[in-house]
Amino acid sequence: MGFLFSVVAVLVLVGIALVGVGGLGLKVLFGVIIPYAAVLTFFAGLVYRVVDWARSPVPFRIPTTCGQEKSLPWIKPNKIDNPCSGGMVLLRMAFEVLTFRSLFRNMKLDYRQGPTIRYSSEKFLWLFAMMFHWAFLVVIIRHARLFTEPIAQWLQTLEHLDGFLEFNLATFGIGLPTIQISGLVLLGGVSLLLVRRIVVPSVRYISLAADWFPLFLITFIALTGILARYVIRIDVVKVKELAMGLATFHPVVPDGISVWFYVHFFLVCVLFAYFPFSKLMHLGGVFLSPTRNMVNNSRAVLHVNPWNYPVKTHDYHEYEDDFREEMVEAGLPVEKTLEEAEAEKAPAAPAPAEAEVTEEKED
Amino acid sequence: MAAKTPSPEVVGKIDHHPPAQNWMDTKPEFKPGNYLYAGKASALETVGLPNPRDWNPTDDDWKLPADWKGTVREGIAQRLERFRSFKLFMDICVRCGACADKCHFFIGTGDPKNMPVLRAELIRSIYRGEFKTAGKILGRLAGGRKLTEEVIKEWFYYFFQCTECRRCSVFCPYGIDTAEITIIAREIINLIGCNIDWIASPVANCFMTGNHLGLKPHTFKENIEYLLDDIEEYVGIKIEPSFNRKGAEILFVTPSGDVFAEPGIFTLMGYLMLFEHIGLDYTWSTYASEGGNFGFFTSHEMMKRLNAKMYAESKRLGVKWILGGECGHMWRVVHQYMNTLNGPPTWLDRPVSPITGTVFENAVSTKMVHITEFTADLIKNNKLKLDPSQNDHYTVTFHDSCNTSRGMGMLEEPRYVINNVCNNFVDMAPQVIRENTFCCGSGSGLNAGEYLEMRLRGGLPRANAVKRVAEDKGVNMLSCVCAIDRAVFPALMDYWVPGTEVCGVSELVANALVMEGQGEREYNLRGEENPSYVPPEEPEGEGEAGEEGEE
Ligand code: SF4
Ligand code: SF4
Repeated sequence: MGFLFSVVAVLVLVGIALVGVGGLGLKVLFGVIIPYAAVLTFFAGLVYRVVDWARSPVPFRIPTTCGQEKSLPWIKPNKIDNPCSGGMVLLRMAFEVLTFRSLFRNMKLDYRQGPTIRYSSEKFLWLFAMMFHWAFLVVIIRHARLFTEPIAQWLQTLEHLDGFLEFNLATFGIGLPTIQISGLVLLGGVSLLLVRRIVVPSVRYISLAADWFPLFLITFIALTGILARYVIRIDVVKVKELAMGLATFHPVVPDGISVWFYVHFFLVCVLFAYFPFSKLMHLGGVFLSPTRNMVNNSRAVLHVNPWNYPVKTHDYHEYEDDFREEMVEAGLPVEKTLEEAEAEKAPAAPAPAEAEVTEEKED
Repeated sequence: MAAKTPSPEVVGKIDHHPPAQNWMDTKPEFKPGNYLYAGKASALETVGLPNPRDWNPTDDDWKLPADWKGTVREGIAQRLERFRSFKLFMDICVRCGACADKCHFFIGTGDPKNMPVLRAELIRSIYRGEFKTAGKILGRLAGGRKLTEEVIKEWFYYFFQCTECRRCSVFCPYGIDTAEITIIAREIINLIGCNIDWIASPVANCFMTGNHLGLKPHTFKENIEYLLDDIEEYVGIKIEPSFNRKGAEILFVTPSGDVFAEPGIFTLMGYLMLFEHIGLDYTWSTYASEGGNFGFFTSHEMMKRLNAKMYAESKRLGVKWILGGECGHMWRVVHQYMNTLNGPPTWLDRPVSPITGTVFENAVSTKMVHITEFTADLIKNNKLKLDPSQNDHYTVTFHDSCNTSRGMGMLEEPRYVINNVCNNFVDMAPQVIRENTFCCGSGSGLNAGEYLEMRLRGGLPRANAVKRVAEDKGVNMLSCVCAIDRAVFPALMDYWVPGTEVCGVSELVANALVMEGQGEREYNLRGEENPSYVPPEEPEGEGEAGEEGEE
């Protein structure tokens, strides 16, 4: 259900852009209004969500420790997976965010009836995720060339690194556009993630529309982007004009940009607007996860719970009151002798109680 | 107890393929052997838990309180506000499935709702359906559903089919800790009186008598005295520990499981002998006579209420610091929660080993030191006289308890100790030890008799790893530093790996201890003939009498 819904939803979005721009010519809407609204939603939503998380209390220090803790001086602690200082936490987080260290650990269950259980290393998810996320990052950064003038040197360097068949371009001027590896890797990564979700039964079983939809959306974004670049060869100069207009808050809508550009652009806008309300917020969440971003020094340093409150306990005196007689009999020390306790319990003690008391030996 | 447990062949036939049906349409089946008895009304009343009543999970009507939905909603809302972990984990799971095949209950049952991600979805779907606009409008399409009695039954079934072992959290790219979600979910269903007897009764006992078995002060003392007699018989040493003694330097607290049942009692004998050997000035407490905290499986509040007694007792007795015995979840609580909930214990000193002078820097705030750290330090400083050959008839492997490994990071200390008291130690495969360790399958209050089949299923991955080293390396002793492990492994081993014994690390230490004035160690602490014992060759060799004293 979620699968079909998501395909249809993305196709409908494509249709909306095609009709909106191609049929109705609503270029200002799709070129200016929606992009602004989407970017605004993105930033406002992102900030709201992250601040909301960040402000919620972390009552306990609960890191998941994946290595030796810092204990006795002669035992070597695992500084990355069991951080003992803020710096080590930064290191752990950096590995987590930049190299997906936890996913790298992934193992695959191999269950044989018998029963025998084996685990083998499983790096596909890690690989696909790395391809996807890093390529996505490069692609986004690359798009900055549309919004900046002059184009920064480092951006050009990045493009050179990303591109191949470059000499063709150099030789023939505006001939064949440079093939950008990042775009292809992005498309590859997202498709592989999609295929994995379809092919692995357990993953298919847990997938919701919210999982399919962003995958299809990003697939289509990548496809339309590649289409626009290599097949339709949209007029980059005009696109840049539009982008610069948006970036400088002097929007202009140049004529002659292919409708496919608007499809691409609209899908990107949808992605931006959808982002803060979806699981894509893992981007912000990964930094805030208490099991990963806390120092494991819970016994060495006091951690404060902002909502800690006093509770009813069964204190020692109540306990002794419950068992005093047995304790005395067993030779356990008591705070109050039986006589003292008895006297306290009944200040004007009636006579029969005394007999009981006097029999006990004192400590 | 209640159900006849099927044979290993039957239990081992597991299908890990999910059914065609959507998970929201499947219901749990409460069958003998796979569900837990309900918390008894009397236990709930003792500690003031809500909705005490007599009921049974197989009943149609669970006798939930009138406004149970309101209570649950409120409970969720409050916890979303109190725990960033909960809020975040509700939002950022991408359902990548990296955690899916990491849970021992999934491996042992094949039930897809035992995939950690889906276990969390059980509550996440309610979060979306009841709290999020998209879920409220789109319902199932947005992964949301409504709160119904069916959902509560499902929660009860699956949240007590999670031992809160955190293995899933190691593999999740965001560290989503399904154990944390389970802890909070159990807390929520406790609000409407849905809990299990094997947690509720120990909680009530701990509260009233100080320990989960409900051992009264004199019984607690007597039990330990029996063990002293055994030590005298097998080791030839008379030990006289103190109880509730004011002015002792150190308060020793261990899980009460060590006080009464095999093989935990052998571990306790190990503590007694170790302390005697080094002449430690310490005391037992009958009031703080339980390290294990079943409140941890009930609610954060109950955890605090039960753990308070350790600090309170340390104050009353005027000790300098607290030493803790071998226990898993006791140490998770001590390490991650105690100082925050019950501290800081300003009346205690920095923990310093009176024997070696080592300051336990890692425990300067809680003032609680783990016995294995303590022993490792003693060995490192050459303070113990050890004869590891006394353990030569054992080939030992070590089970990292989930809590001390993934909640603390104590991995090397036990290995160091074992390697110094045993000559034959082998580790299991790297995929199943240290932070990757598999749960015993009975943690977090699930070690009830009526639950045996489920426990054997949950313990299968651990048992299977032991079986491999038993077959390949001749392992015959599974050691651990957790009282629940000691309580449940014997049944697990008998079922899946017959012939493997179970012990605490301190028992191995005591076997190897060469104590002043000890007799012949012909018998081990278990009262069995000690196969590693070499009788002195008095009748034959005349000139070798000198060796006698040394060995
Ligand atoms: S590994 Fe983490 S993100 Fe992936 S499905 Fe499991 S809980 Fe969700
Ligand atoms: S905490 Fe352990 S038992 Fe619970 S879901 Fe995770 S792996 Fe399974």
